[in-house]
Amino acid sequence: MLAKKYFNFIAILVLTLFSFSAYGEETKQEPGNTVNTAQEIKEYIKHHLKDSHDFHFYTNNETGEHRSFPLPVIVWTKDGLKTFMSSAFHHDDNGQVIVEKGNARLVKLHSKIYQLDQGATTVAFDDDHHPTNAHKVLDFSITKSVFGMLLTGLLMLLGFSALARGYKKGHTVPKGVGRILEPLVIYVRDDIAKPNIGEKKYRKFMGFLLTVFFFIWILNLLGLTPLGFNVTGQIAVTACLAIFTAVIYLFSGSKDFWKHTLWMPGVPMILRPILAVIELVGFVLIKPFSLLVRLFANMTAGHFVVMSLIALMITMKESFGAVTSTGMSLVLALFISVIEILVAFLQAFIFTMLSSLFIGMAVEEHDHH
Amino acid sequence: MYNLIGAGLIVIGGGIGLGQIGGKAMESIARQPEAAGKIQTAMIIIGALLEGLAFGALILGA
Amino acid sequence: METLLNDFSVGLFFMQGIILIILILLMRKFAWKPILDALQTREDGIQNALDSAENAKLEMQNLQADNEKLLKEARAEREAMLKEGRELKNKMIDDAKAEAQAQANTMIAQAQAAIESEKKSAMADLKNHVAGLSIEIAEKVVRQELANKDKQLELVESMLGDAKLN
Repeated sequence: MLAKKYFNFIAILVLTLFSFSAYGEETKQEPGNTVNTAQEIKEYIKHHLKDSHDFHFYTNNETGEHRSFPLPVIVWTKDGLKTFMSSAFHHDDNGQVIVEKGNARLVKLHSKIYQLDQGATTVAFDDDHHPTNAHKVLDFSITKSVFGMLLTGLLMLLGFSALARGYKKGHTVPKGVGRILEPLVIYVRDDIAKPNIGEKKYRKFMGFLLTVFFFIWILNLLGLTPLGFNVTGQIAVTACLAIFTAVIYLFSGSKDFWKHTLWMPGVPMILRPILAVIELVGFVLIKPFSLLVRLFANMTAGHFVVMSLIALMITMKESFGAVTSTGMSLVLALFISVIEILVAFLQAFIFTMLSSLFIGMAVEEHDHH
Repeated sequence: MYNLIGAGLIVIGGGIGLGQIGGKAMESIARQPEAAGKIQTAMIIIGALLEGLAFGALILGA
Repeated sequence: METLLNDFSVGLFFMQGIILIILILLMRKFAWKPILDALQTREDGIQNALDSAENAKLEMQNLQADNEKLLKEARAEREAMLKEGRELKNKMIDDAKAEAQAQANTMIAQAQAAIESEKKSAMADLKNHVAGLSIEIAEKVVRQELANKDKQLELVESMLGDAKLN
């Protein structure tokens, strides 16, 4: 049995190695149609880590052909709301293509949409490659991240409402996908919410905690698929999640919590205002900030490492040869991807755990003082 | 350049901290295997707090 | 920090906020509430079943104890009844014995009394008979004796002599 497993593993490894080396040969014969130099790879990774307005599959540099899937752009400009498909930009990301909608002239620059100032016809740049005659617009587009979130929301609604319907039908034990989801729900309830918030009060926060847990987890996992999502690596997304947590625990704080935060009993009078400032800053700024930065940095770092390791097969080709570099990058990328699967769960767990911990701190009632 | 040195220092500090947390947690689990679950949870929480600190510093520096 | 702030997309932030709020509300209504309620009822059901099993066990134990007690009582009662019966029997035997004894005694006494009186009457009869007989004899003797004068005198004489002796 074990030998068979090993055989399968080796067979797959050899097959993948050969197929990739064949691919490598091909690229050697046709230089210029893929990302090749270290600089290009860096740009490519940087581009991936950002949000984008289309699903991009590949580009043929020689013919300039792009294979991608456009997404709708919805922007609020000085001249009102403008909507169009992102294909109008023709995959330009350097402010070259100008889309005219009424009076508004829009360009896309580093995955952001800018509106040109009145009278300007081309984008002018300063030394740091910042545009001087254009400004950002409020971008409510269905970007890749928003699309990912909608997809996640849909998946969650489908999966969990199926589980809920199963219970309503009278199945005491869930069927199908519910068998996986139910233990996770119980895990969040019994191991995250109850110990941190307390038996009496946890029920009120379950909706938020469960939603956030599965939302983050599914988005993290989605980021590991080749679809190229990096939703939880967007600082706006994690900031929104962290602010939700902060708002919830600040608004559900008990009298005791505010008393202990603002006028800590049992310490000398002189220290009380200082402590109040420290606690307040901690609860209002530092805790949400650490929440948002942790998730963002973990996911960004994960994507960065996986992509860099995949890129090894190009950057190391010169020094090690196609087969060795491909094999190395494959093994390392596989290894890191396995760790990333763990991290995807761990970050969702930690976000939910710390959220419930902070909520627990806020709603806790002290018996005697 | 200085950013990178700072990042290196942060990583050194964070690494020492994480090592301490992990090592002590292992010791405690070895001493009391029945409390492994609780120790693990506490370890992860403290690790996460440390991580937040280190990442905060990295982000502020970058 | 600057690049991060530059990357921060206010639009994405808003979209995320709206999506998250809608998702939380929808999930609460359609998923979490029914799921958590179902889990709660299931756990309560399990708890109840366990509790009732425990209760049944306790009841069973009580019942068994009751049975034991009843059995004990019954046994004690039987014992008491047996004992009473035995006592009664003994008493009856004793009573009967005593009565029989008493009756026998009275019968013996009566018999003795009867024997005594019979004896007395027989004695009296005998005495009478003997007296009659002796008188007869005496008559005959006297008749014979008195046939001759000497003898009569002699008799008188001896009788007088007897009378003196008396």
